[in-house]
Amino acid sequence: MRELHLPWLELSVVIPLLGCVWVSLLNNRDTARRHSIILCVLTFVAAMGEWIDFNSLHAFEAHDHWDVLTSIFHKDVFVIDELSAPLLPLGAMLYLMTVMTTLRTKIGRFSFGWTLFSEAILLATLSCRDPWIIITLLSIATVPPWIEMRNRKQSTRFYCLHMGLFVAMLVVGQALVPADATSLNPPVIAGCLLTAAALLRSGVTPLHCWMTDLFEKATFGTALLFVTPMTGAYAVMRLVLPIAPDWALQSIAILSLFTAVYAAGMALVQREARRFFCYVFLSHSSLVLVGLEMVTPIGLTGALCVWLSVGISLLGFGLTLRSVEARTGRLSLDSFHGLYEHTPILAGLFLLTGLASIGFPGTVGFVGTELLVEGTVAVYPLVGLALVLAAMLNGVAVVLAYFRVFTGTRHVASISLQCRPSERITIVILTALIIGGGLHPQPGVSSRYHAAVALMQHRNPAATKPVEEKPAVHAASSP
Amino acid sequence: MTVESTYQFLGLIVVASPAVLLAVLGLPMLLGKPVAESAQSHFTKAAVIAGLSAALAVLVMMLVFDSRHVVVELGNWVEIPDEGFHFHLKFVFDRLSVPFTILSFVLCGTVGAFASVYLHRESGYRRFFLFYAVFLLGMVVSSLAGTIETLFFGWELVGLSSALLIAYFHERPGPVRNGHRVWTVYRVADAAFLIAALTLHHLTGAGDFDGLMGTGAWPEGVAAIDSWHALVVGSLLLIAAAGKSGMVPFSGWLPRAMEGPTPSSAVFYGALSVHLGVYLLLRVSPLLEASLPLSLMVIVLGLVSAAFGTLASRVQNDVKNALAFASLTQVGIITVEIGCGLRYIALIHMIGHACLRTLQLLRAPSVLKDYQSLENAIGQHLSTGPGFWGRVLPKRQRVWLYRFALERGYLDAILNDYVVRPFIAVFRWCDKQERRWSRFGGGGEKRESDRVAVYGDSLEDVV
Repeated sequence: MRELHLPWLELSVVIPLLGCVWVSLLNNRDTARRHSIILCVLTFVAAMGEWIDFNSLHAFEAHDHWDVLTSIFHKDVFVIDELSAPLLPLGAMLYLMTVMTTLRTKIGRFSFGWTLFSEAILLATLSCRDPWIIITLLSIATVPPWIEMRNRKQSTRFYCLHMGLFVAMLVVGQALVPADATSLNPPVIAGCLLTAAALLRSGVTPLHCWMTDLFEKATFGTALLFVTPMTGAYAVMRLVLPIAPDWALQSIAILSLFTAVYAAGMALVQREARRFFCYVFLSHSSLVLVGLEMVTPIGLTGALCVWLSVGISLLGFGLTLRSVEARTGRLSLDSFHGLYEHTPILAGLFLLTGLASIGFPGTVGFVGTELLVEGTVAVYPLVGLALVLAAMLNGVAVVLAYFRVFTGTRHVASISLQCRPSERITIVILTALIIGGGLHPQPGVSSRYHAAVALMQHRNPAATKPVEEKPAVHAASSP
Repeated sequence: MTVESTYQFLGLIVVASPAVLLAVLGLPMLLGKPVAESAQSHFTKAAVIAGLSAALAVLVMMLVFDSRHVVVELGNWVEIPDEGFHFHLKFVFDRLSVPFTILSFVLCGTVGAFASVYLHRESGYRRFFLFYAVFLLGMVVSSLAGTIETLFFGWELVGLSSALLIAYFHERPGPVRNGHRVWTVYRVADAAFLIAALTLHHLTGAGDFDGLMGTGAWPEGVAAIDSWHALVVGSLLLIAAAGKSGMVPFSGWLPRAMEGPTPSSAVFYGALSVHLGVYLLLRVSPLLEASLPLSLMVIVLGLVSAAFGTLASRVQNDVKNALAFASLTQVGIITVEIGCGLRYIALIHMIGHACLRTLQLLRAPSVLKDYQSLENAIGQHLSTGPGFWGRVLPKRQRVWLYRFALERGYLDAILNDYVVRPFIAVFRWCDKQERRWSRFGGGGEKRESDRVAVYGDSLEDVV
């Protein structure tokens, strides 16, 4: 296996892990925030370094340089491949932007220590391929939100019920997987348990209520960080896809499709902004799952592209809502708020990220959505229709929320609600990613296509041609 | 420089000028450093003049060199060669697209000049011209699109800019509600369009109009699919066209669109945007000829829309709504012409109607003054006796028709009662069931979100 030039993966896990201890010892919340930002920047640099280094190797997979854990566990623990390589910088960026845009009104409620701990767990999860390590890390990741809800004196019974079930199904399911399991020789009960666990974590209907409950009770930042990386989809790719037969994947696709349409409809009737965001997110993440289960090159490429575009766009969408909430308190969608005159840049970003999430032309989500829909229609035409329906409802919901939050009345404020410098930096970066990715999508699409073919080959070596070494990234060809 | 390379260069300018305008106006706003009003006005003028000049130059060259079909290829925007997937950036200059593009630039330029004075020092000036740039880009891309995906690209941009401009006076709830209603109708039309595009791809393996309509330049062309498939795809495109052009049963959005400022009403709903649907029908007219039932559907839709438009326009009590329904009448007639296979007549009718309606809508704020001047000139009030139908129809039928027209065919009420309310009722019921499940699972009696108060007057009330 190829080796990275530096221990990027270990750095990206160790930095936030040590950082969380350091930040927890600080008494001053402002200092804690500043130090957290620095630590998140360093983590992001390490994650980006990993991605750039991996791309330079032109390999399907690679492990860390000076891998300390290898000498302890006698096997490669931190291994990345074409699927996970871009997910690490995406995850690191998610945490960095969330911490950066945490305003003073929120720092009393938002725990930076536990956030850094969650980041370490997430990046470790994305860096691993061993099923048991992934299961352990996914289980540990459920703890920080539980602690936060307890500290906020909220009932955690509903959350514990679902996460307990999630962990139990993962453990029992994986324990039942025999060593020689493949998609042609699938273990039925183990596969069903692992599938159910991954779907629960992804919030597929009817097991999605824990997610809305989380958004109600935890801080917006914590809830956002827990769901946006879509670790449920990652669990599907690592734990379920290698061993699930085609009929199981089709079942996942149908349930995800139902969730996509159901959540899009539910988003339209929500009266409060957080629940609205949760349903919009559920709808989009379900679309990603639908594409992942198509297991055709175009469909899978589309799903992987949409995974990244939804991650970026809904991160921006959620952070914008969070920034508005930090200024006004929780937002009711039953009335108009008229905040445009006070926060025009946030309004613009809200609309841009919302449109990007639905695959509006010119944004990062457009080509991925086209690939996803085209790949789905080629296999199941009616599924493609349902995807279009979900996208239509989401489009209506996003613009409805924009009109409710930013227009409709004249808002009178006694303090300035303008963006802070840290928010402006985040806005610039997100805008560049959304519009840049929208205008020049070829490198991303080529990379995801290569990953899709490799994943299909990994699942079914006899059916697909071997994946070649990754070609150099090329721009759109001339006529 | 060869003829081909000149066409490429000019074609690029036509498409790039609105795109550059959008970038120049949009990026500074997103970064919090908006361009000054005068600079915006100058950039807009420069972009429109550049695009118009290039389009006229293309027209002259096509006439001189007797070209009926010029293709400007900008290459593959996205490509997966192994799977045969490509998103081709291809623009076609032919007898349909060139006049419509020139019309777009002329009317947008006129309205831009009008708006730079009409909206001078308005707080939303910059916002107006940003959405105007989005609209212009969408119209140019839609007009010149050589593939169905490119047409969809422009189609979406036109829809978004239209909805946001209807909600231009966004400190009042009325325009915002109307803007959202229009956006919803557009999304339904876009969904139908997308399904049609995917179906065409699925059937023919391509999205190029050349491949779909045969190799003849417009209006010659033969559909590359059989009549049954043409009926299916054509019906979807007809729904998309009806939604975009405000034909029955989607006519409810047209008067709502008049909430926007006069310049946007003039150019969008009187002239260009409202014709985009019929432009789509003209572009895919070989498909209509491939299926007789489809042609009949087009004619019936056009007739019903024209009849409805003429009825409704007679009872409106404000000039912009009257003009909106008058536009609908003409769009309905244009649709009938397309259904009957009269393509050149439909195109000329569309261009003439767009110019007339733009003039009327720009003059709309002055219509009372115009009437007073006219009455002063003739020395008496204008009066009209009962018309033909007023003499022929019994009073009861006249009153019924009047109420029907005043309620705009009850279309909004029907959509509300049979589509919107059931939809909301179903999902509110689901929300209630989720609440019960959450309570059963120990999530607590009340949700945090229940405690969020409906917004009061000021920030202090909320905080």
